[in-house]
Amino acid sequence: MSPGSQVNGDSRQVTFMERIERGEKIEATDWMPEEYRKLLIKQIHMHGISEVMGAYPEKEWVPKAPNLRRKLALIAKVQDEIGHGQLLLRVAEDLAKPYGKVRDDMIEDVYTGRVKFHNVFHMDAPTWADAGVIGFLVDGGAIITQASLLDSSYAPYGRILTRICAEESFHMQHGESIVLALAEGTEEQREMLQQAIHHWWPSMMFFFGPPEMSGASLRMMDYRIRTRTNEELRQRFIGRYAPRIHALGLTIPDAKLCHDPTTDQWTYSEPDWDWFGHMVRENTGPKSQERLQMRKQAHEGQKWVRDAMIRATVLQTQAI
Amino acid sequence: MDDARTHVAVDAQTEQALAEYLLQLADDELAVGQRYAEWLGLAPDLEEDVAFSSISQDELAHSLFYYTLLENLGVGCADELAYARPANERRNSVLLEQPSKDWAYTIARGFCFDVLEQIRLAAALRSTYLPLAQGAQKIQREERYHLLHMQTWFERLGMAGGEARQRLNEAVESLWLDLPDLFSLGTAGNILFKSGVLPLTEAELRQTWEQQVKPSFAHAGLAWRSLPTRSDKNGRLGQHGAALVELLQTFAEVYRTNPVAVW
Repeated sequence: MSPGSQVNGDSRQVTFMERIERGEKIEATDWMPEEYRKLLIKQIHMHGISEVMGAYPEKEWVPKAPNLRRKLALIAKVQDEIGHGQLLLRVAEDLAKPYGKVRDDMIEDVYTGRVKFHNVFHMDAPTWADAGVIGFLVDGGAIITQASLLDSSYAPYGRILTRICAEESFHMQHGESIVLALAEGTEEQREMLQQAIHHWWPSMMFFFGPPEMSGASLRMMDYRIRTRTNEELRQRFIGRYAPRIHALGLTIPDAKLCHDPTTDQWTYSEPDWDWFGHMVRENTGPKSQERLQMRKQAHEGQKWVRDAMIRATVLQTQAI
Repeated sequence: MDDARTHVAVDAQTEQALAEYLLQLADDELAVGQRYAEWLGLAPDLEEDVAFSSISQDELAHSLFYYTLLENLGVGCADELAYARPANERRNSVLLEQPSKDWAYTIARGFCFDVLEQIRLAAALRSTYLPLAQGAQKIQREERYHLLHMQTWFERLGMAGGEARQRLNEAVESLWLDLPDLFSLGTAGNILFKSGVLPLTEAELRQTWEQQVKPSFAHAGLAWRSLPTRSDKNGRLGQHGAALVELLQTFAEVYRTNPVAVW
């Protein structure tokens, strides 16, 4: 790089940061610092892949849904998650163009361990109640995170999130509807629900990330890619869900959980950061490997189909 | 409802045949919808995952529609009919209960089934049983796209040659054995035809199907093979294989833990 372009680069960086600070939105075709681009790719790639991996815990319950209406709703929900993955990976793919990276690479990255996916999707979902609680708590948590990203400085991300949030709110209602049916059901159904709440709560405390944010997360705040801290999001989640769970007459597995009305803050027990962190980094959760295998099977096992479609297109074009 | 009832032939024999036929339709859609849904998260790419998921939702929603017609006839409540009947009471074609094997089999079977659906629906539009005719009108709008989807995939997999055509050929070979009961109307055929509930005979069904499927074989570069006339099982008479028993076991796993509970 010549000294001239360095100076030029710096002045562009300054102008860019001024735009960010004025609250302007950045489009895919605008100049952007490489750091900004890389942070966006990291964030949106992980988000997109998590949506795709998020299909699997509930997919397990689609064949077993206890009535036809629940089955239809659950398929539609899983379909939405895959659709979100498709939209997000498209945004990430656009950003990754200068690096010659395409969607196939981004999908491969998950089973070769180059991109992580959300901790919740490494967990097992042992009963039908888990299918409901995933919609209730995980989608409920995802709405809080994603709504905070609506105002992201990167305009294409914000636009896609508008649609995603609208759909997630249906998912949350779908989850809530299953949860309410179980809560009003038989002893066994209530017990199943209570266990599922206990099962998912610690994962949800990890979901928003540590109170001390990492360097990359802080840089994302500087660039206004994200605008809320991990702790703000977690507090909002507890504030929304702890009262709802208690209203159902169910318990939360945290003796320390309490609300301080003067600060409006919740005290809670820290999840096992090391255990969850290791699980996400090394894919060692109860279902990590099984689900990565499914994704690999979908991608590599069906490659012959994608290849055939390309061949058919070429042959068809030649024939015209 | 009054309007509909005036179109229902009142004699018990016709009503029984109508119920038989509705069970065939509902059970077909349930079996194939369940098999399609197994592709969730596993389809050849994300776009197809989304598309195929819509198709499985449509099929299962059609099954719910037919079970609801049965419920209105007093045969039983819709979810009970879907969940509680054992394999030997099911009326679906054995073709539709088979596991999906691979993408080529899924597409080839889907194509064969969707052509059948089109023919059945076209006839149902003229049914003397008004609720069936009305439902067919709506279902036909969705099925048109299913057929277009399956046909496009079928022909393109064949056109591509190589492994894809070979797999397609193997799929056809395997599903051909299960074709016969797809065209069967079980014990209900004659009464359905005479009463005008289904203005279509088994022979017409077979013949029209053959005419419509054949050109796609040519486009796909596959040799046509004559239709088998008999198979060892007729699903319309409740004869099924282990595949349906397995399908239903999974299907009703949660339901069976407490069939009277609200889920």
